[in-house]
Amino acid sequence: MNARNEILQRVRAATRDAREEPVVRTYRRAGGRDASARVELLVDRLVDYRAQVRRVDHVRAAIAEVCAEQGAHRIAIPPQLPDAWRPEGVELVEDRGLSPRELDALDGVVTGCTLAIAETGTLVLAASASEGRRALTLVPDLHVCVVREDQVVELVPEAFDRLAPFVRDERRPLTFVSGPSATSDIELDRVEGVHGPRRLVVLICGGA
Amino acid sequence: MTSFPEAARVALANPQLRANLANATTTIRAKRARVVDEVPDWEELREAGRAIKANTLARLDEYLVRFEEALLAAGAEVHWARDAAEANAVVAEVARAHGVTEVVKMKSLTTDEIGLNEALAAEGIHALETDFAELILQLDGDWPSHILVPAIHRNRREIRDLFARTIASGGLSDDPRELAEASRVYLRERFLEARLGVSGANFGVAETGTICIVESEGNGRMCTTLPPVLVSVIGIEKLVPTLADLEVMLQLLPRSSTGERMNPYTSLWTGVAADDGPQELHVVLLDAGRTNVLRDEVGRQALQCIRCSACLNVCPVYSRTGGHAYGSVYPGPIGAILTPQLIGVENAKSLPYASSLCGACYEVCPVKIDIPTVLLHLRGQVVEQAGSRSERLAMRAAGWIFGSARRFALAQRLGRIAQRTGIAVGPLRTWAKTRDLPPVPSASFRDWWKRERA
Repeated sequence: MNARNEILQRVRAATRDAREEPVVRTYRRAGGRDASARVELLVDRLVDYRAQVRRVDHVRAAIAEVCAEQGAHRIAIPPQLPDAWRPEGVELVEDRGLSPRELDALDGVVTGCTLAIAETGTLVLAASASEGRRALTLVPDLHVCVVREDQVVELVPEAFDRLAPFVRDERRPLTFVSGPSATSDIELDRVEGVHGPRRLVVLICGGA
Repeated sequence: MTSFPEAARVALANPQLRANLANATTTIRAKRARVVDEVPDWEELREAGRAIKANTLARLDEYLVRFEEALLAAGAEVHWARDAAEANAVVAEVARAHGVTEVVKMKSLTTDEIGLNEALAAEGIHALETDFAELILQLDGDWPSHILVPAIHRNRREIRDLFARTIASGGLSDDPRELAEASRVYLRERFLEARLGVSGANFGVAETGTICIVESEGNGRMCTTLPPVLVSVIGIEKLVPTLADLEVMLQLLPRSSTGERMNPYTSLWTGVAADDGPQELHVVLLDAGRTNVLRDEVGRQALQCIRCSACLNVCPVYSRTGGHAYGSVYPGPIGAILTPQLIGVENAKSLPYASSLCGACYEVCPVKIDIPTVLLHLRGQVVEQAGSRSERLAMRAAGWIFGSARRFALAQRLGRIAQRTGIAVGPLRTWAKTRDLPPVPSASFRDWWKRERA
């Protein structure tokens, strides 16, 4: 018998007595905060995880400012990053299949996101047009992420309600980002920044 | 396998280890308590988490088939492995087919369990550990002592010396930031050139064929997105039925594990994504003893484990002995019930006793595994098995003594003499070394009664 059939047969023999039970989902599935309280909570949680957060009116100007402050001159962007966001005075490199090494040579990356979860301070990337592929937000050392206020949900289950169709229907990869990469492996001393971007700057803007 | 008491004695004699462990377990414990307390529906989440995993196990055959179908439809190749050797052979074969002699690997207990690195080494393939702590241990030929922070038994000076000797050039201080930077520089080159990545999985979603990993450093993202080929080795118990189940697990796991509201990076991928990440995906579904655990209706709940390590941090035994004493990649209370079931109780007889049965592990478990009950259940199996005759003999002797008033009185008198002279022999001596025997009164109740009424 091949391994597949043998394992399945062992499983069936082992679980003959086992019964399913209803999963009671009485946990919170919808948050109670209004839009502005949600954004406030998100900001609080992002800051707690050492992301830099700014509330901005003009995305384009804010991105240019961040790049200047961070000394980032050559910035990767997904090819479909909205024109209205593209800053001047910075060399923008559209990702049309950049190799890992080419990505590594850039100073940072600017993207949007699909949604943000306030309670956990999480940004979710779902390979949408303004986010690009996964390597893009991984290899460069600075990630500037633009979040629209209407993209903020309060709870993790609300996020999954919105994300499930992307996975089910389009098989899109998802990346949840909560603060810059970190390790506490040496004597539990937390170090921000290991392999992923060491600096995460979140720009929160109103409106669509 | 060295018995737990023997291995524990070595660990307890190491002051560095004890200090590091005390610090680590109390710190993580406090962090966990803080972020769990701020969740108003924690108990509802725990109950849902338990039911989801118990249900998955109850119909695991159906979920495995569904998971396989979804993966195939999404462009992945699926391999089934009855044991460690079959799983290791799949990974080695993929490496050989691509002419690869080095693979980048993210932290994975499952691949530690099956000895993947050693098996690949035997084929001339180097498996490079890319988790910070795992890299430290690999460079030093050491092994993990904690599920979450595997190198917690090492201090910064040792790690500095190790790095200076191996991967770093020039002066290096023992500042953790500098040490992390050294590993970043060393590994970055390898990530950029990597042609084959190897991962485990925290969850597999049967409905969609999605694989989910949670991590902090970003090395997992590197291993699972940069190389053109990826192999993920997944224990068959890691499935959940639907995507909606992740909304429960991804709340329970980070808060229980690192004491964070959410870990820095969580990645989900569903087969091959066009122009994004590996274009060749292999998934190895591993049994390696899991179906044996599944057969035991009391013990099977050990397979609900989501590897958070909260039970280690609260355990009065683990927090003193550390992980090495358990002689397995799964240490602590969960290891004490999982390891004997995976490799056979007869091969790990002392582990079900590596506990004071205080129940703290059950209280913190995010999927409500009743570890104390399983420990007792396994102790029962140890006693029933041939080879553990002393307990049965002791019980038979006790029965004989209690069966007669004369013999009972004699035993009481002997007990008083033994107390005065301090004779504790055989296994009693070990038992009495760390415990105060309850004092035997100078006269028994029967003697007193006889005297007073006489």
